[in-house]
Parts: sequence; C-alpha cells; structure tokens
Amino acid sequence: MSDISAIPAAAPHSSLHRQSARTKKRNAAEKRFQVYGMMAVGFGLLALVVLLASILGNGLSSFRQTHVVLPVELSEARLDKSGERDIEAIKKVSTFGYAPLIKDALARGMEESGIAIEGLDEKDAGEIISKEAPAQIRDFVIANPDLIGTTQEFRLLANGRIDGYFKGRVSMESAALDSNVSPAQLQLAEALKEAGLLTTGFNRDFITAPDASDQRPEAAGLGVAILGSLYMMLVVLVLALPIGVAASIYLEEFAPKNRWTDLIEVNISNLAAVPSIVFGILGLAIFINFAGLPQSAPIVGGLVLTLMTLPTIIIATRASLKSVPPSIRDAALGVGASKMQAVFHHVLPLAAPGILTGTIIGLAQALGETAPLLLIGMVAFVKEFPGAPPEGFFDPASALPVQIYNWTQRADPAFVERASGAIIVLLVFLVVMNTIAVILRRRFERRW
Amino acid sequence: MPLIWLLALLAALSAAGFVMGRRRAVLSSGGDVRRLHSLPNYYGFNVGLAVIVPSLLVLFCWLLVQPLVIEARVAAQLSPEALSQASDPALVMSDVRRLAEGLDVAIAEGAMSGDDMRNLEADGGNIRAALGAVGVALGSEVEPSVLVAAQSYIAQVRTGNMVRNVTVILLALAGFLWAMRLTAPGFRARGAVERAVLALLIAAASIAILTTAGIVLSMLFESINFFRQYPISDFFFGTTWSPNFRGNSDLGILPLLWGTLYISFIALLVAVPVGLFSAIYLSEYAGPKVRGVAKPLIEVLAGIPTIVYGLFALITVGPLLRDHFAQPLGLGESGSSVMTAGLVMGIMLIPFVSSLSDDIINAVPQSMRDGSLGLGATKSETIRQVVVPAALPGIVGAVLLAASRAIGETMIVVLGAGAAAKLDLNPFEAMTTVTVKIVSQLTGDTDFAAPETLVAFALGLTLFVITLGLNVIALVIVRKYREQYE
Repeated sequence: MSDISAIPAAAPHSSLHRQSARTKKRNAAEKRFQVYGMMAVGFGLLALVVLLASILGNGLSSFRQTHVVLPVELSEARLDKSGERDIEAIKKVSTFGYAPLIKDALARGMEESGIAIEGLDEKDAGEIISKEAPAQIRDFVIANPDLIGTTQEFRLLANGRIDGYFKGRVSMESAALDSNVSPAQLQLAEALKEAGLLTTGFNRDFITAPDASDQRPEAAGLGVAILGSLYMMLVVLVLALPIGVAASIYLEEFAPKNRWTDLIEVNISNLAAVPSIVFGILGLAIFINFAGLPQSAPIVGGLVLTLMTLPTIIIATRASLKSVPPSIRDAALGVGASKMQAVFHHVLPLAAPGILTGTIIGLAQALGETAPLLLIGMVAFVKEFPGAPPEGFFDPASALPVQIYNWTQRADPAFVERASGAIIVLLVFLVVMNTIAVILRRRFERRW
Repeated sequence: MPLIWLLALLAALSAAGFVMGRRRAVLSSGGDVRRLHSLPNYYGFNVGLAVIVPSLLVLFCWLLVQPLVIEARVAAQLSPEALSQASDPALVMSDVRRLAEGLDVAIAEGAMSGDDMRNLEADGGNIRAALGAVGVALGSEVEPSVLVAAQSYIAQVRTGNMVRNVTVILLALAGFLWAMRLTAPGFRARGAVERAVLALLIAAASIAILTTAGIVLSMLFESINFFRQYPISDFFFGTTWSPNFRGNSDLGILPLLWGTLYISFIALLVAVPVGLFSAIYLSEYAGPKVRGVAKPLIEVLAGIPTIVYGLFALITVGPLLRDHFAQPLGLGESGSSVMTAGLVMGIMLIPFVSSLSDDIINAVPQSMRDGSLGLGATKSETIRQVVVPAALPGIVGAVLLAASRAIGETMIVVLGAGAAAKLDLNPFEAMTTVTVKIVSQLTGDTDFAAPETLVAFALGLTLFVITLGLNVIALVIVRKYREQYE
C-alpha cells in the first residue's frame, strides 16, 4: 500500500488532449521514418521511369527512317554493255558503277522541282543519299535483270546525318561544325522534302536488315541479331528444359539424402549466383578451345546460356513439384502405380504450368544476357544471315544484346539511336515473354 | 555420312524398335495382354532405349576422343625438323588442321576430287590458289611436310568416321536384338525401363556438378599456365596494370580490385538504404493496394537486362554527372566514372536487396511486433528496435548477395566505368574492374600462349573465388536465420 503512495502524482503538464514534447518528438520521428520509406519506394519507381524514358526517348526515332524517293534510270550503257542480259556480266558491275545513276537521278529530280541551293556542287548533293543506296539498286537489278533500260522508282536511304536532321539530332549549327554534313546539304534536304521527294516513314529494315558498317548507320538493322538470338533460345529450350526437369524430378522425388545429393544441391544454389562472365570463360575454354566448336556460333552461345539457365529452371521446377500435394502421389501408389508412374503420369502434369513459367522466365534472362557472349566471339561483325537449322547453328551470327553493345562502341552518334531502338525491341520481347509467364501462372496455377 | 544423318538413323531405329518390341510382346501374350507382366508400351520402351542409349553414349565418347587420338598420331608423324623449324609445334598443327579443313571444303564444293587431293604435291602456288578459288585463304605457302600431314589427317578422319558410324549402328542393332530376345510375357519390362529412366535422371542432375567442375578446372588449368609465365606474387600484389602485347607487361590485380570494390561500395551505398527502406515501407506501412502496385514495379528493375543499364549509364547518367557535378566541381572530365557505374549498378541492385529483405522482415513473427507495440512503442520504434535487429542476420545475407552481384557485374562497368586501371580516390575519375579486363583481354585477336591473354583466366578464378565465398557466407547466414523462427 505504501508503494502506491510513493508514486509521484502525475506531472501537472501531462494531458491526454495535449501532447507532451517527448510524444511530439516521437510522433515526428514516426512520420519522418515513414517519409523515408516513401522516398525509397519513390526513388526506385523514379529510377525505373527515368530509365525507360531515356531509352524510349533515344530509341523510338530509330523506327522511322528518311528516304529519298527518286525515279532512277537503269541505263543499259552502264549496267549491261553487251546488252545480252547475261547475269554474270551484270554482277561484274560493282556498286561504284551504280553511283553515277543515283547522282544523275538526283540532279534530274532537283531540276524538275526547281531546286537550286547556293554553294552546293553535284558531289556534295549526292552525299545526302546513303552510301548503301547503290547496293540497294544493284540488288534490285540482279534480281530483275529484265528491267535494265527502264526507269524505276526507288526509295533510297538518306544519309544518317540527313536522317538525324529530321529527327532533331542534327541542327544547322551543328552541321556547320561537322565535316560530314554541311548546312547547304540540309537546305537541299528541306527543299526535297517540300517537293515531296524526301519522305520519312516506318523503318521496317531496322527489324529485318543485317548490320551495316561503321560509315552507314542508316542501313544498320537487327535481322541477323534477332535470328541469332532466336537460334540460341531454341538451343536453350531444347537442352535446358528436359535436363532441368529431369534433374529436378530426381532431386525432388527420388534422391536419397546422402553426400552426393547434398553436393548437387549446394552446387545448384551456387551456380545460380556465379557471375555470368565466368560462364563465358567456361564456354571459351571448353566449347571453343577444347571441343573445337566455331566462334560466334549460336550453338556455343546456346550451350553457355543453357548452363546459365539450368539453375533457374531447376529451382522453379522443384518449387512447383513441391507444391503438388503428397495425397496425389499416395493415391497413385495406392492403385498400384510404380513411383516412376506416379511422378510422370500425375505429379508432372500438375506441376507443368509452374515449370513452363519458370522456363519462360529463365529464357527471358538468357535472352538479355550479354557478358558471356562477348567472350565466345559473338562481337564479330556479321552481315550474312546464318543458314537454316541445323547447319545454321554453326554459322556465325550475332545476338540482340551483343548487337546493342557493338553499336555503343561505334563512333557515329546515330548508332546510339540504333542501340536504344534495339533495346526497345529487346524489351518488347522480354515483356511478351513475361506476360505469357504471368498469364500461364494466373490461368493454370492451382492452389491446393 | 554426316553426323546429323547418323542421329536421324538412330532415332528412326529406336522408334522402329519401340513398335516392334510392343508388337512382339502383344503377340507373345497370345492376344491377351493381361498375361504380360507389364503394360505392352513398356516392352516397346525397353527395346527403344536399348537401341538408342548405348549407341548415343558410345557416339558421344567417340566424338570426344577421336580428334585427340588423330591429332596425336599426326603430330607424331610430322618430321622432327619441320617441328624444330617452327617456333611453336602447336602452330604447325594448326596449319595442318587449317589446310585439312580447306581441302575438305574444296572437295565438298567439287573443285577437287578425293583422288586429286591424295595426289596433290606441294609444288609452286597451286594449292594456295586452288583453295583461294573456293574461298579458303591460307596465310602462307604450303610446306610439303604440312601437306603430307594434312593428307594423312584427312584420311584418318575419314576412316575414323567410317569406323564410328559402323560401330554405332552395329551397337544399335545389337541392342535391338538383345532387347527383342528378352521380350517375353514373364519379362519385367517396367522395372527395366524405370531403372534406365532413373539413370538418365541422375545423369541430368549431375550436370550441375560437371558445370562447376568445368568452370573450376578450365580456369585452374589456364591460371597455372599463366603463373608459370608470370610470378604469382606480382599478380596479386602488383600495383600497376599495363598489358603490352609485345611482352613485358605489368599485370598487377590491385588496381582492378580497387576499382571493383570502389564501384561495388558506391552501388551498395545506393542500393542498401533504398532497398531496405522500401522493403520496410512496403511490408510494414503500405496498404495492400500500394504494395500490389509498387512491389512488382520495383521488381521489374531486376528483370531488365544489364546491357540496358549499361547504355543508360553511357548515354544518360554519365553525361549528366559530368556536366552537372564533375566539371563544375573541377573533379574530372570523363563521362564514364566510378560514380556513374556505381549509381546505375545501385539502381539495378535495389530489387535484390528489397525483395530479399522483404521476405526476411515478413518472416519475423507477428508476436514480436505485438509485444513491442503493446508496451507503447511507436511503429517506427518497433521496426528499428525489434524487427530490424531480429531480421539483421538475414539482411546482412541479402547485402552480401547483392555485393557478390555487384562484384561480378560486367556490362554496366564495361559501358559506364571506363578502361583506365588506376588507384585513385576521386569517384568522378574513370576506373576499371576485374570483369572489364576479362572482357578486354579475351575479345579480339587472342593468343592463348601469351600471359596477356591467360591473365584473364587468373582474373576469372579470383572473381569466382570471391563471389563464391560471399555467396556461401550469405547462404549460411540466411539459412541459419530461417531455422530460428520455423
């Protein structure tokens, strides 16, 4: 009893209606803490938005391309002197033989629309058309030798700087300082646009055309890279899915608890965290130097990415095998199935959606992986499309992420636009794959 | 016969084996399949597996061993003087291989018949010209000894392939006959098939071990080669990195390690507070709606390929930091810098830290929070003084995992950090990392005898050991902590 009286009476300033200074301080600290949390989440989201905005802002313009539309006379005197339409003789005329045709066509086009730019000679005027254009016409002539002697309308690629002018990358001021393009050429391009000879439209070649050299960014495309990536994904799918599923079934359903299986388990969790570049070193040492497979080949890239993806697939598959309730297995065993039958006939089909989801996510990871591919020679400049499978798996090819890296290493700023555009293509593939994975999970996942 | 046809033939034989084995089982039961021990399909599978598994196994081993044997035999056949003239016997062998490949192409394109090839003699420039015509460029004129070796190389490869094809097909047929003989009503086909399938499953699971062994052995082997040519103490304690492809390089790892650790440190400085606070906010404060939107969006950051972050560092963050921080402060002129790479890598690591910490914070029992709140603590006091200390080991594990990611990251530093190896404290200076140097030493023209190339394997091994150590420690911590509350 005396204890109670020993407690001092409540401090006079304390009231439930008015906060004490200490409570205020504590509440302020509470608020601050919450704001820190919001700021952290906000920073993460902001980083995502800025990242995507930067890529989209730089890259979207690569899906549009400036072309010069000109009627070009395929003069017989220049292209087929003999007049016999012998395809071998026509092939002998190199792209240098086609350049004058374009120059003439441009001069005629300028004359007809009454364009005259001061201080611009014929050679400079011709430079507003890409160096790739003669090759464009040559390919057309070789495909249609009968049309020699006629006049055909061509959509010729404009030079990268001219293209950049209409996309806001090049301005009159920057052109004055640039040795590759002059303000007079830009005026000519403006005039051609008004005359309707120069158009900007959707750039289908960016998706389908092969890479082009350092000098002609306007012609560079992703065709070889997309095909190479596709081949590698096929190799990964064909190898990683069966091996991963088989390994997971063993570890989850059959493995006895012993040293060997412990070792495998530790291994798999460690392999999932090994830096990707180490897999590149492995690929170089084993597949190329030891087994003698060709460099830059999709088969080697596919093998390396398979080894990288296996842990992801195994972890996902084991999780979905684990989520199938034991009662399913017991029921199958109870009616006389062997353990193998119970797993393959009942557990595996029920786990399939989860396995597929894990596989797609693993493939998406593999699709974006760059570092190991650099080491196995995928950085090489490849302009030829790889052949049809299975031989095509051994032909040199590029891959989407490596192509992006390649373009970032080139001097012309137009390649930055191309690289960002290629990232958009890559991200579209990834979004599609992840969406399929999410849909699969939502649609087929069963809760037991 | 090309390999692909051999594989197709084996597949066809195996399919035929399945059909015939099944039929034989059904016939032997006299029309009543209940008299069979197993379901009829198992008898089919038994025959099919007996056809394809041993033959594929032998084929695979043959493919590995044959080139080694033939190379050894051809090398033994080369005259000693030819080898002694050349600076390196390996170069002579690669000449032989190249010439043999060229002759093969020439025969395949029809520019030469097999007899022509065998009767070739190395006089004048005809071989080089003939191969040039089919698109095979040879570096120099063909020496007679090399030509003889190449001819014998081709002949041996031909014979080897022929013997291989015959062996494999005979083996497949033997397997077929053996399994067909076994097929009878009393034969326990299901047990036999399931044992074979189990063996296949075990083989698949062992690939993980093979991969690790491959990684360790390939790097160890080449690293030992490197340390034979370059002193091990200079590598680990050297403070200059200046590879020189004419020899006499300084290959000290310290500047690279310094760059790696500096960049990783800055990355963690960004990722740990942001990741941790967002994990705390999302798991303790945010309502289900905010959580449902913000958590997946932050995790999108983890799904973006690193090349995208690399380009982001190169074209956006680098110039931004240079123009608004480094140049006004007089700290540097370079767009690629430790700061650029560290900042972007930090953004990449946010989801690693946040989702791992999120799991761990959620695993702290609710009763601990309730106890603290019941004593009158505010929510933030509860988090700081109860939840985070309880989750600390797990959070440390998450940070270690993030650190191991940062150390092994390649594309962001290749594009964002620069290539100059130096020991410097200024974060706006370009520096380089272990991974960047692995890439630069192993791309382009490489000579696998020079220490400048081999050093990449030693760098890779160092990287592997560091990240492996961090991962093992992190996994042990995380696992130990999880057991505490379960």
